[in-house]
Amino acid sequence: MKQPNKARRRGPADSRGTLKRLLGYLLQYKLRFAVVLVCILISACTTVAGSLFLKTLIDDYITPLLASGSTDFSGLLRALTGMACLYLVGILSAWSFNRLMVDISQGVLKTVRDQMFSHMQTLPIQYFDTHHHGDVMSLYTNDVDTLRQMISQSLPQMFSSLVSVIAVFFAMLFTNVPLTALVILCVFCMLNVTKYVAGKSGQHFVAQQRDLGALNGYIEEMIGGQKVIKVFCHEDQAKTGFDTLNERLFHSADQANKYANILMPIMMNLGNLQYVLVAMVGGVLALSGWGVTLGTIASFLQLSKGFSQPVGQISQQLNAVIMALAGAERIFALLDESEEQDGGYVTLVNVKYQGEELVETTERTNLWAWKHPHKDGTITYTRLMGDVRFAEVDFAYEEGKPILHDVSLFAKPGQKVAFVGATGAGKTTITNLINRFYDIADGKIRYDGININKIKKSDLRRSLGIVLQDTNLFTGTVRENIRYGRLDATDEEVEAAAVLANADDFIRRLPNGYDTMLTSNGANLSQGQRQLLAIARAAVADPPVMILDEATSSIDTRTEALVQQGMDSLMCGRTVFVIAHRLSTVRNSNAIMVLDHGRIIERGEHDDLIQQHGTYYQLYTGAFELE
Amino acid sequence: MLKRLTACIREYRRDTILTPLTVSMEVLLEVMIPRVMARLIDSGVEAGNLNQILKLGSLLVAMALLSLTFGALSGRFAARASAGFAKNLRHDMYHRVQDFSFSNLDKFSTAGIVTRLTTDVSNLQNAFQMIIRIAVRCPLMLVFAFAMTVRINPRIALIFLCVVPILVVGLFVIIRYAHPIFERVFHTYDTLNNVVQENLLGIRVVKSYVREDYETKKFHTISQSIYDDFTRAEKALAFNMPLMQFCVYACMLLISWIGAKLVVGSQMTTGDLTSLFNYTMQILMSLMMVSMVLVMITLARASAERITELLAEESDLKNGSNPIAEMADGSVCFEHVSFSYANDLEKLCLRDVDLSIQSGETVGILGGTGTSKSTLVQLIPRLYDATEGVVKVGGRDVRTYDLEFLRNQVAMVLQKNTLFSGTIKENLRWGCETASDEELERVCRLAQADSFIQEFPDKYDTHIEQGGSNVSGGQKQRLCIARALLKKPKILILDDSTSAVDTKTDALIRRAFREEIPETTKFIIAQRISSIQDADHIIIMDGGGIAGFGTHEELLANNAIYREVYESQTKGGNCDEAAE
Repeated sequence: MKQPNKARRRGPADSRGTLKRLLGYLLQYKLRFAVVLVCILISACTTVAGSLFLKTLIDDYITPLLASGSTDFSGLLRALTGMACLYLVGILSAWSFNRLMVDISQGVLKTVRDQMFSHMQTLPIQYFDTHHHGDVMSLYTNDVDTLRQMISQSLPQMFSSLVSVIAVFFAMLFTNVPLTALVILCVFCMLNVTKYVAGKSGQHFVAQQRDLGALNGYIEEMIGGQKVIKVFCHEDQAKTGFDTLNERLFHSADQANKYANILMPIMMNLGNLQYVLVAMVGGVLALSGWGVTLGTIASFLQLSKGFSQPVGQISQQLNAVIMALAGAERIFALLDESEEQDGGYVTLVNVKYQGEELVETTERTNLWAWKHPHKDGTITYTRLMGDVRFAEVDFAYEEGKPILHDVSLFAKPGQKVAFVGATGAGKTTITNLINRFYDIADGKIRYDGININKIKKSDLRRSLGIVLQDTNLFTGTVRENIRYGRLDATDEEVEAAAVLANADDFIRRLPNGYDTMLTSNGANLSQGQRQLLAIARAAVADPPVMILDEATSSIDTRTEALVQQGMDSLMCGRTVFVIAHRLSTVRNSNAIMVLDHGRIIERGEHDDLIQQHGTYYQLYTGAFELE
Repeated sequence: MLKRLTACIREYRRDTILTPLTVSMEVLLEVMIPRVMARLIDSGVEAGNLNQILKLGSLLVAMALLSLTFGALSGRFAARASAGFAKNLRHDMYHRVQDFSFSNLDKFSTAGIVTRLTTDVSNLQNAFQMIIRIAVRCPLMLVFAFAMTVRINPRIALIFLCVVPILVVGLFVIIRYAHPIFERVFHTYDTLNNVVQENLLGIRVVKSYVREDYETKKFHTISQSIYDDFTRAEKALAFNMPLMQFCVYACMLLISWIGAKLVVGSQMTTGDLTSLFNYTMQILMSLMMVSMVLVMITLARASAERITELLAEESDLKNGSNPIAEMADGSVCFEHVSFSYANDLEKLCLRDVDLSIQSGETVGILGGTGTSKSTLVQLIPRLYDATEGVVKVGGRDVRTYDLEFLRNQVAMVLQKNTLFSGTIKENLRWGCETASDEELERVCRLAQADSFIQEFPDKYDTHIEQGGSNVSGGQKQRLCIARALLKKPKILILDDSTSAVDTKTDALIRRAFREEIPETTKFIIAQRISSIQDADHIIIMDGGGIAGFGTHEELLANNAIYREVYESQTKGGNCDEAAE
């Protein structure tokens, strides 16, 4: 189901659309963006004016002064003062656009990040089940990063270069036409050479990336299993495998960097060659009386440098822009993922009794009811009980590959229903349907008599508690993690929940008790302790219906007994669905459903099923593996 | 630190030396070119001397081509030197890790070693290339270009002495201000990534508790702080370009003013003036680059420290002198053994353990989490050395054996076991490279793995994904047992290795052990009583010591812990036994 994103290195499919959309973000800063453009324009023009000044200096001041032998420098001083003012304007505008770009680029990035995350929260579980976490993570890291480079560096630089190129082009044209043609020719050659070298470099970079990925993968796998390597004295083979991949990476890295490294000297010296060429041709022109002055050549030489440099910059930045657009496209793909649909209109509200009548109230009464508005404008209140019924439910994750067939079952308030069966029998799927992580294809699920499709998803989920087999904790204190179940729970309520879950004991023995920080999914706790916290978290939420997915991993008998006790007290007085991996826990269920290939093949109480000597009996006696 | 790192240059010493040499030549030419160009203008164009133009022109073409060659060569050498340096670094680190003992591995952690081998090496590779290339190029350029300006006119060179300090101080202030903020931002980045990661992993929890808004708020707080910090740091960096421009423009104006006077006073030529403009750019740009390189190098220093830390680590388990490669039998004996992971007698995990097991016996070990069951058995194949006391195998101290020989005789199936990507056959042959296909099938039958392997379409050639993710937990455990059996060990240790295997198969495995390899001593750590109750001896571990030793019946009669566990697992009907 999950395919790593192999297209990661490829360019964008629709660069124009992506660019347009990206510009949309920049244009949120209309005024500042306009000022930035103007400032870049001014700054670029100042630079061009600077190179033209050399011509003025030589032709208008030095040559006449030399010719006349006068020592009156006041004209020059005035010109220099004028230039100084111009430069000052240039510097100021350079600072302004750099400064304003900070606001714009960081602002856009923040908007993009925030949008990505808040949109991600609205996506259906299916999105998370079908996308590699690594790929999603790299949207937040790599792709946003290339976007940052593009907005804060590549785009302004490209624009500035473009302005320079155009300005210099006209300045050159204005100065001398034949020499301009020569420069254009040179730049054309230069671009072709760099394109070739950059292409080569690109190819090898792809190879380098591939080899790096292969080596890093090998390292991760081998270091992860290093203790097994030691136990089997497999060090030499592990070294051989590593050395082969390491050598391969060396070659591709060497090649890739070689081409990248020689790009700069090539650009620079081709520039030099162009310079010489212009000097020689210009000299010949000057001598053969084409009306070319010394000043013209001098400033033209300066101009020609000012032309080839930004052209080179544009071609270099172009690569970065293409990479960034590809990244932006992936980001937009996330933003375009359709949100979890919710057509529900039945909500969960606090109520109190007024006589026999249920009346909605804003106070916390611990008495809940489904508020059901009808088409005719009337509103009915149904008390939240925890009665769940499946009627002929069919379901498939993928079209044509049905997982559940014709599943019917009921759980009355306070009853405990257990699901047992082999891996892939559809146990977890059933729980995915109750809280509407996925929607059923056919049939009906009713909660307190209401079709769950009519219930608002957030309210439905609030009425259900869930303890998953893999416990996920968040970075924060133990207290915060338990409080995750109900954000307005008081410290006393949190601790009471922990007591109920049998977790209080070990929490108090932690270095800082309830204020102990948990990091990386509670790495400093044992598997069993993490589970106890998850139970406490569910307990503080205090929902009428619980879904318990038992852990498969082995925990020691004593902790397991604690977990079991915790679960038992949590189950007390609630409707509970248990996905059982250890049969000792299902024995006291009101009903046991044995699932096989998406069908309920046996149902009943423990004793009845044992009597039947069917699949349950075989499972129970350990003839089959339970997973 | 530097010595350990430079030791990794080795066969790339030639490239490493040639890089700065060619870079120097390139820089020299680059600095010469504006001079010759100036002469081209002065004695060629200005003097109207076509001959001179062509002569100097061709000289310049030759110089540019030469500079191109040196530039390309230096790029070539630098690429090779740095890629080679990185290769050797990785090689040295990885090979060192292979020699690590378990306690060395524990010290660095898997993630720590992987980061050092990947990210840190990349950082150092970039820094290395930068040092031998840019860090040579820029200061040289600075010196050469300055020398040229002095040669043209010492008075003009003074301009640089005034302007350069402004640039240096300015850059210093900017970096000094921005650098700590950037460091902080990178930490905040980690937090942000962590929030996303946890959210992805726990999305079912988030959605179940309807905490989408809460999570979004959490994220927004962090992204706001990234925004604030980044904006502050980049605001400072926004002064970079104007500062640079200020210095360039100031130099240009001053040079124009003084230069014009000098030219008019015939103390300088027009060509000199244009080349001075070129040198201005070269000098100031190099300064800018030097400051960038310095920042990069400080960033790489942390990586360099982490890498040297690993390279400096010595394995604390070594073969003694004259290691023995012969083992009498599979008997095991612990004499007053104490053990501490921290090698600290105050923090003992095992306390004064005495134990004597005959060759061929089966020993079950039971106990709660943290009672040092794994620690006890890990001393037998000498994965760790006892802190005090002696562990004997086959009547000799384990430290007298050759390590590889010992570990081949004492096969251990670890609790956290791993299969590697490759076929089933390849995975099994870890136990014995030369094993025949029949031999593989034999051990798989023993471990009750043959039946399910035969059901795979590719049978023994079925590809196992990384970490064995495409087989079930129980199947993985059975494959791991088969792999260990292939060693034909004198002692076999199963550390909770059948927890995911169903009780019936578990029993079949034990029966196969009993019947097929009776002479092998077997240690079985388990949580299920049924896995160990028929063992010759059962050890009850509690609080780092042996809290009970005996047979099932004996312990049931006189050991409270054993009785408690037994009762909790068998209360209400005993169907497990019925199945056997």
